[in-house]
Amino acid sequence: MSLLEIKNLNISYKTRKETIVASSNVNFTLERGEILGIVGESGSGKSTIANAIINLIDPPGEITSGVIKIDNNELQNNEEIIQKIRGRKIGFVFQDPQTSLNPLFKIKDQLIETIQTHLKLSYEDALKKSINLLEEVGIEDAYKRIEDYPHQFSGGMRQRVVIALAISCEPDLIIADEPTTALDVSIQYQILELLKKLTKKRNLGVIIITHDMGVIAETTNKVIVMRHGVIVEQDNTKDLLTKPKSTEARSLVISVPPTNKKIHRFKLISPDGKEITSSSANLTKNIIKTWGIRENTNKKLLKLLNITKIFDDRSISYRKKLIDEKAVKAVNDVSFELFEGETLGLVGESGSGKSTIAKIITGLVRPTTGELEYNNFSLYNSKKKYQINKSRGQIQMIFQDPYSSLNPRFKVRDIIAEPLKFFQKNITKHDLEQSVFDLIDIAGMTRQSLDRYPHEFSGGQRQRISIARALATRPRLLICDEPTSALDVSIQAQILNLLKDIQDELHLTMLFISHDLPVIRQMCNRIIVLKNGIICETNEAETLFKNPKHQYTKELINLMPKIESII
Amino acid sequence: MIKKTFNRMYDTDIGYSFFNSKIAIISSTVFFIIFLCSFFAGLVAPYNPFDPASVSLMDAFTPPIWSDGGSSSFFLGTDQQGRDMFSTMIYGSRISLIVGFASIIFAMFLGVILGVTAGYIGGRYEIIVMRITDVQLTIPTILMALLVDGIARAVISRSMHDEMAIYVLIFAIGISEWPQFARVTRASTLVEKNKEYVSASRIIGLSNIIIMFKHILPNILRPILVIATIGLALAIITESTLSFLGVGVPPTTPSLGTLIRFGNNFLFSGEWWITFFPAIFLVVLALSINLLGDWMRDALNPKLKKR
Amino acid sequence: MFVVAFVSFSLFNFVGDPVNSMTGEDASDERRAEVREVLGLNDPVYIQFSRFIGNIVQGNFGISYQLKREVSDLIGERLPATLELVFVSAILAIIIGTILGVYTGIHRDSFLSNVILVISLAGVSLPTFIIGILLIYLFSVILGILPSFGRGEVTDLGFWTTGFLSTSGLKALILPSITLSLFQMTYVIRLVRAEMMEILQTDYIKFARARGIENNTINYKHALKNGLIPVITITGINIGTLIAFSIITETVFQWPGMGSLFINAVYFVDIPIMSAYMIMVAFIFVMINFIVDITYYFIDPRIRLKEESS
Repeated sequence: MSLLEIKNLNISYKTRKETIVASSNVNFTLERGEILGIVGESGSGKSTIANAIINLIDPPGEITSGVIKIDNNELQNNEEIIQKIRGRKIGFVFQDPQTSLNPLFKIKDQLIETIQTHLKLSYEDALKKSINLLEEVGIEDAYKRIEDYPHQFSGGMRQRVVIALAISCEPDLIIADEPTTALDVSIQYQILELLKKLTKKRNLGVIIITHDMGVIAETTNKVIVMRHGVIVEQDNTKDLLTKPKSTEARSLVISVPPTNKKIHRFKLISPDGKEITSSSANLTKNIIKTWGIRENTNKKLLKLLNITKIFDDRSISYRKKLIDEKAVKAVNDVSFELFEGETLGLVGESGSGKSTIAKIITGLVRPTTGELEYNNFSLYNSKKKYQINKSRGQIQMIFQDPYSSLNPRFKVRDIIAEPLKFFQKNITKHDLEQSVFDLIDIAGMTRQSLDRYPHEFSGGQRQRISIARALATRPRLLICDEPTSALDVSIQAQILNLLKDIQDELHLTMLFISHDLPVIRQMCNRIIVLKNGIICETNEAETLFKNPKHQYTKELINLMPKIESII
Repeated sequence: MIKKTFNRMYDTDIGYSFFNSKIAIISSTVFFIIFLCSFFAGLVAPYNPFDPASVSLMDAFTPPIWSDGGSSSFFLGTDQQGRDMFSTMIYGSRISLIVGFASIIFAMFLGVILGVTAGYIGGRYEIIVMRITDVQLTIPTILMALLVDGIARAVISRSMHDEMAIYVLIFAIGISEWPQFARVTRASTLVEKNKEYVSASRIIGLSNIIIMFKHILPNILRPILVIATIGLALAIITESTLSFLGVGVPPTTPSLGTLIRFGNNFLFSGEWWITFFPAIFLVVLALSINLLGDWMRDALNPKLKKR
Repeated sequence: MFVVAFVSFSLFNFVGDPVNSMTGEDASDERRAEVREVLGLNDPVYIQFSRFIGNIVQGNFGISYQLKREVSDLIGERLPATLELVFVSAILAIIIGTILGVYTGIHRDSFLSNVILVISLAGVSLPTFIIGILLIYLFSVILGILPSFGRGEVTDLGFWTTGFLSTSGLKALILPSITLSLFQMTYVIRLVRAEMMEILQTDYIKFARARGIENNTINYKHALKNGLIPVITITGINIGTLIAFSIITETVFQWPGMGSLFINAVYFVDIPIMSAYMIMVAFIFVMINFIVDITYYFIDPRIRLKEESS
């Protein structure tokens, strides 16, 4: 008898135009003590199944047919019965710990409320149990912290509280929907270890839904791969990762950036299952013609000298040129140089100041102190005003979120044409049209897409449009701020390949910012590791990975989930 | 061609929501009928109530056509001066609509410009603008309008005041409604400002004016439109309230509120229609605009997509 | 507060000519000069202003041009009537409004909710004075059961006159307070409803469901507490708006309060009363805002703890 059994589950969303099948004919089982991973790209229906088990699908979605059994008891579509099972038999962990807890209630109240809903315990017993639970998930001074409100905990700690809530009534099954996506690598490691420990200790069944193959490799026993609501492959984790059979699974496995070696290009799987190594090299000819030939001279392009940034204005006294010692420094005395033609990686966890550095270089944020030189010319004058004219268009940026980086009211043509017109005031209509065509060609998009609006494109396609826009100003330095962190792995591989090609062909210099170590390793020549605004270590990429010097670098490299760990 | 445009409108989410909402269709139809009637008042109204030749005191206090003593020439009866109620109302609604639209456009212009610049530029400028907005928001519309009107009365001599009254009124209502626009515009600008397409425009080097009004403004039009619609209803109500209190438009060019004010004096003596019809007309007008605004708010709010 | 005082001072001094209003257009030049001297209009502006502030602090707002009486006496007579009316209306509006708002927010698609919503929308579209007129017509003219004007019998407590202690006083209060509260009530309903609907879509509500917490607990404990936060702000603004709208209600019902005093002042350009009214209202607003801020501090732990840590 399995803990969880799902048979022929069908879920669909009725919209006014069509009925979207979110899952069709889904079958799987889960035993106690087992961790099951469900992977798939966004929109594959993996979260829908999790919600279906506890009957919390957002309308208009509904279960059209199928059976869900827990310990051989069928869960009917009956709200009252399921309410007793939620929390009691099945614990749930959501993605974002910042929003999962009610901000107006103490941790104590939320725990005790849950416990008393399901277990017949007195208030004192429930309180005692709550404290024990917090200790079990690794919160120190639990008897004191239980009196706190959610916002007094950090992200990782909150996720522990959420897990404590999920296991508070000793459920048999835990469903975790992207439990570590919103967390940093080191905290992700701790949370996954906690889940593994609890699984063993309490003999739980666990379902982890994730898009991260590294997490799958390190935590799960078996894996389900989903695509368009259908299970395309299920197997034990090792077999699936080493010998994927379906196209989808192969594509997922092959596009993951390896953590242990550097490869030249990412391999891609076309829909018919063949490996392809596309190249956009021949598309750049026109652009090179108009830009003129550039050569890598390896000379110094950009120099940061003792850059410090403090966001809290109150702690700075401009008149006395004094800075409060206690002020939080988003960037603290950072200096580095960037040479023509290289790709420099900036890596660090959230709050390490890596995005702030990008904003300072592009002039979006002024540094509090320090100097910035581009081509031996100071970018900020004595009043810390960005001297944009001198570097205009030479520094461009690709952003993290493809859904907000394009103006939704502009057609793609206008998005790309705007910088062209801005820099070449008297460009002829014909030349403008030609330039727009050239740019959209490089980005690997069809010319038909020019007359459409951004919302008609997927995340990866939008990122390509972003790249075309950035190239329109003929930049020498391209800053990529987490350009692929919002994308699925296979799309990530395509975009990273495109960036590599463009850099090779156009001899661009790149500053590549990411929290994702494997991606950094594949993209960069040199790497800077940042923590809390301070540079920990700078080194050649391969040296840094093979022989990290700084304690923090070692930790990061050790803790990152590795898909190779199982192979 | 028309069919094609219609299909395209129907295809968008807004269009779909519109054609599937009876309330939206009915209220917008009612509003447009009233709007057209008052716009072409000269053609629609059977009499011109301001032409002394067509008004006779002999006809005063004629009840509506279906009551005892009703006259077939005055469908809804006449008022104390013998003016045809229906015609007076049409002309009255014209004044109400003119004041409503003019003041809301004035408020929108002021509020949106201050809101966008405050949100985008930030710093001390933003603090000052928002402080003024906050202070003014706590002062209720009607009080603000009364104060402006009171000051205007003190500044402008009485004989001038009647001529200026309508402009004073537009200014008074407009000045009391702009903070709504400023607040909403600023809040939306703050959201848009942090989106990466704005950063991209800044990195390209576009000027702040272009970023604010070409890039940001088109993206925040929706909430502004909702506020404008609801504000229009409020402006019309405020106008009629001020006129009712006797500090609005002068009696020579009566708006709906003025008509109700006159009629109120005859309520106890039984001539109920003089108050009743303008009141109903005003409520229908305000209700149709409010229903439209309400539907718009729900239809344009992505957070509340129909479950 | 200071700004309001300054505005009303400049109103007082530079707008219109008080000498004209007090002496009449045809007074002799000597008489005018005498009045100017008495009023202190020949002193420098800053002395006049400080004297003005000093007078206000002592509760001296000057003499009404039109009624020729001390403004502070007039306000003392009228204030209780307005405050009682506003007080009753505020309680009606907030309590009933919140209850209906929570109900419609939770039972989003029920028949009753839709009925309440349509009525509330009609409420927003009905100008206060029309509500008043309709109520008078119905209850006073047709049914003849409630008075249509005045406060009824009032009891003098020395510093305060109240209508709460007599049947006719209470009866007289019914129509005006309903009239005054209706508009605000609909406003509260809509706000609370929107807030509840938004909160019910948040992750922490979904997580509470996933923990198996019962629906009633979620709706009336988790969502309600979050949903009530904006009600506090609204209550503050509400009372301010009620004071403003009491001007209309008082006119319709000939209620002897501050509002009808003020509207007459506007009509006759009686500046001392106008400025005194402005200062009183501003004072009440400032007090309300202060109370709202304090209440926030006690209800929302996020604000409380931020203050403590800094």
